Amino acid sequence: MKPAPFRYADPRSLEEALDVLAADPGAKVLAGGQSLLPLLAMRLAAPATLVDVNRVPGLDTVEVTGDGVRVGALVRHARLLHDDTAAGVQPLLARATANVAHPAIRNRGTTVGSIAHADPSGEMTSVLALTGGSVTVATPEGRSTVGWQDLFVGPLETSIAGPAVVVDAFFPALPERSGTAFAEIARRKGDYAVCGAGVVVTLDADRRVSAVRASYISVGLVPEVHDLTEAVAGKPVDGADWAAAGALARTLVDPDTDIHASADYRRLLVGVLTERTLTDAAREAAERTAA
Amino acid sequence: MTTKLFGEPVRRREDARLIIGKGRYLDDIGAGALAAAFVRSPHAHARITDVDVEAALDVEGLVAIYTYEDLTGPMAEPLPVLIPHPQLHAPRTGYALANGMVNHVGEPVVMVVATDRYLAEDAAERIVVTYEELPVVVGVDAAREARAVVHEDIPDNVAARHHQETGDVEPTLAASPHTLSFTQYIERSACMPLEGKGVHARWDPDDASLRVHSSTQASTSVRAAIAAKLELSLDRVEVVAPDVGGGFGVKIVHPWPEELLVPMAAIRLGHEVKWAEDRREHFISSAHERQQRQEITVGYDDDGRITALDVHVWHDNGAYTPYGIIVPIVTATQLVGPYALPVYRVVVESVYTNTVIVTPYRGAGRPQGCYAMERTMDRVADALGLDRAEVRRRNLITPDQFPYDHHLTFQDGRPVIYDSGDYPGLLDKLVALVGWDEAAALRADAQARGKLLGVGMALYVEGTGPGPYEGGHVQVLGSGKVLVSTGLTSQGQGHETVFAQIVASELGVSMDDVEVHTGDTRRFGYAVGTFASRAAVMSGNAVALAARGVREKAIRIAAEVLEANPEDLEIDEGLVQVKGTPGASIPLRTVAVLSNPLRYAFDEAAKQATQFAGPGDDSKPPVAPGDAPGLEHRDYYSPIRSTFASGAHAAVVEIDPQTWEIDVVRYAVVHDCGNVVNPMIVEGQVHGGVAQGVGGALYERMAYDADGQLQNASFMDFLMPYASEVPDVVIDHQETPSPLNPLGIKGAGEAGVIPGTAAIASAIEDATGRRIASMPISPTELYDLMRDETAERTAASQQTSLQTGVPA
Repeated sequence: MKPAPFRYADPRSLEEALDVLAADPGAKVLAGGQSLLPLLAMRLAAPATLVDVNRVPGLDTVEVTGDGVRVGALVRHARLLHDDTAAGVQPLLARATANVAHPAIRNRGTTVGSIAHADPSGEMTSVLALTGGSVTVATPEGRSTVGWQDLFVGPLETSIAGPAVVVDAFFPALPERSGTAFAEIARRKGDYAVCGAGVVVTLDADRRVSAVRASYISVGLVPEVHDLTEAVAGKPVDGADWAAAGALARTLVDPDTDIHASADYRRLLVGVLTERTLTDAAREAAERTAA
Repeated sequence: MTTKLFGEPVRRREDARLIIGKGRYLDDIGAGALAAAFVRSPHAHARITDVDVEAALDVEGLVAIYTYEDLTGPMAEPLPVLIPHPQLHAPRTGYALANGMVNHVGEPVVMVVATDRYLAEDAAERIVVTYEELPVVVGVDAAREARAVVHEDIPDNVAARHHQETGDVEPTLAASPHTLSFTQYIERSACMPLEGKGVHARWDPDDASLRVHSSTQASTSVRAAIAAKLELSLDRVEVVAPDVGGGFGVKIVHPWPEELLVPMAAIRLGHEVKWAEDRREHFISSAHERQQRQEITVGYDDDGRITALDVHVWHDNGAYTPYGIIVPIVTATQLVGPYALPVYRVVVESVYTNTVIVTPYRGAGRPQGCYAMERTMDRVADALGLDRAEVRRRNLITPDQFPYDHHLTFQDGRPVIYDSGDYPGLLDKLVALVGWDEAAALRADAQARGKLLGVGMALYVEGTGPGPYEGGHVQVLGSGKVLVSTGLTSQGQGHETVFAQIVASELGVSMDDVEVHTGDTRRFGYAVGTFASRAAVMSGNAVALAARGVREKAIRIAAEVLEANPEDLEIDEGLVQVKGTPGASIPLRTVAVLSNPLRYAFDEAAKQATQFAGPGDDSKPPVAPGDAPGLEHRDYYSPIRSTFASGAHAAVVEIDPQTWEIDVVRYAVVHDCGNVVNPMIVEGQVHGGVAQGVGGALYERMAYDADGQLQNASFMDFLMPYASEVPDVVIDHQETPSPLNPLGIKGAGEAGVIPGTAAIASAIEDATGRRIASMPISPTELYDLMRDETAERTAASQQTSLQTGVPA
């Protein structure tokens, strides 16, 4: 469990990083290293060059505006977990990062790195999707924005090709009259979830349900957002049948079987977690909606 | 007396060193050593048709490559069958490097030595081994059915048929008022010490000697194995176990291929060589344990008293049998637990599979035996509508029945005769400790919170401290320091503390003056090893006897100096003194000086022992015939047979009927290991054991696929429980001293793990009303069981119409 030989570069600017990436098609960006380094150690990945971006200035910022939260490439999960300002604009950030592995991993692992890694068991890929977020990709040609729908291609696979650094991720603000919740079931505390669910419930001015969206962890090959509105549309927030939304969710997902859980069991959990998180999210939405 | 430390919760003296990173583990040794890595089989069963090392030869830093062709003499022969047994009719072992065949994924095929481990792995990656794949046998049922075979010349895959019986089972069963038959399974897990195996070897060509460090539980026997395999004289080989980061059984197996190959390479290359096992290697090339299929028939009367028990176990021993049939024997003989069984018959068929070898893992066959016996008790109770505790009580051996002879033969070849115990006492304490009789109220409370609650219990008896022997050496230096040495090894259990407690208590010195060394053949050449909960019993008694020898000699010498009667002397706080006569005393360190008549003085203290220091007795030689210089003594403890510890565990589980998550909310342990040397250490052993018990019941398994590939060979997917998964454990002690040894102690190392699977299975069954016949069980499996209309329901659940919320 020792990595194959690789070159190591620690550029001091984004331009320099992109130069190194452009010069070596086998190069890979290293940020927190919490997913990449185990892959190297197991020789499941053998990039020719590791481009360590930890010394690139300007990538460690969290910008919070009324529109949303822009998270720089070097921001660690732990920082988002404890950023009350960011949570005020988009509560899912803190709620989801609380479920990312263990403190030691949250202290090193980056939220943007986790998204670029595109693991369907990752919390932050799902949150990017659920919030309708995007990433900013820097290439030698300039910067572009890639929406979540265009980003995730398959497990551990994104649409980003060629010399590129994902410099930030943008999570739009929680819409008004909305509430969120996030929950996971893992075999052990801090493990990758057997199943996780993030939800957003939006009410109309009469406190009736107007929109319900959910995204799941460890269910499916890429993050997806499921619209569950039809199960509860127009129902008063106190009288909505969240179990019905859970039942609907079960019909929409296509989970896989692995050594930890059967597809059927994951589908069961999708229903249970949907109902539980929607109950919590609806309560929050109601609190945020004037009576 | 101020130095009686036996029985006190003395803090572990090794912890400061180990916790702050001052431990010296295998990989801390030999910074300049060459590094070894191995090409291991990627196939579970294959013939090797070619090994091509060409592409590796230009890797910079490559030093040597060894294949089977490079092995000579005894190294080219199969690895030893460590513990032969007449019923092991078809033993098989692998080779240090595969000889044309591989029988499990992970078997070593090529050894690579390079200037560092990275380069060794680079070279290993380039070696091309061509295999011709063969049909694969995975799992005990596939082995039993034998549609494919592991070893060509063993068509039924059966390595051993172990058989014991205490009477005529069939007529007794036929005459029994009731009988029950059932089959159940238990899965594989593994020791998983945080430090894997590892070997470092240094050959001194000038001295023609070899010094090997190995992360082992048996340094003396590793030494003998290396000497034999490398054709060296025993006195030219020393083996040291440094700090060892956990063993739990896997490191008692030896010689591992690497334990022979690393020294071989060190000699051939004239350079120190090291191999430190990585986690993936540990998963696929060390050892596992526990998988069995158990077919049980029990006869019993209307009161739930067992009349006869007939057990047929199919035991998966993996690809080879280097450790003999110890695990099957332990299952067979420890299965009977604390119960008086009028007639018992057991057959264990030990079968080959194309998987990692099965050798003792903490508990070593006992968790399986306990699972068989205790789940039988649960079934009998359920069938008769009786309380599970009551059925157990009616079958217990009573205190007046000791010594109790089961008429079975134990793993040490000696009779299973329980030396002492109070099993009804254990059960009474357990029922009180866990609140067994209040289970209905707990269940109602849980139900109000939307949870299913169940309670379960399991009792066990554990044969501990088997022979043949251990030794101890105690030496008092002129400085007053007391050196204690024993040959068995330590893996973090607290030996330095407990052996120091014992010696300090026996000798009458401060613990601060006592220094303990273990597992170093340079200090103590005769030892057996650390396994079977034997260190405290074996080496504890041996160092106690050695200390008593030192004490006797010290008093004899001091009596001459003080001109006192030896019977009037005592030793306390390092001072030999006349009882009740303050001032009439001599420090033990001075006695040590005087014990060694000197010609040369090298310090102030030594002057006292030189030839002109004082008036001597010219009529006697300075060292009397039969005496020896120095204040030291070596002694051995060899037991007539094992001593039997016992205990009772209870688990309370809560199950979420929506997600089928299983939470152990309370875990109670009553534990009897005879006289306790250090209750804090015993409790620590219990805690660690319970954690492994919970792991084995709910989390851990070896997920082999049908091709013999281990799907979860990492700590990401092998679910060893974290602290967050382990319940708080409440413990009550009972002390029934062993009459067999001077200190009256019994072993405590493995106890905590033994009843976990049985107790938790019982609790889940109680909570859900579904028969639990395969362990471990995960939420996804419990969900499948709950929605299976054909799944067996307990009689109790039908009588009480238990609400179990069967899902849609």
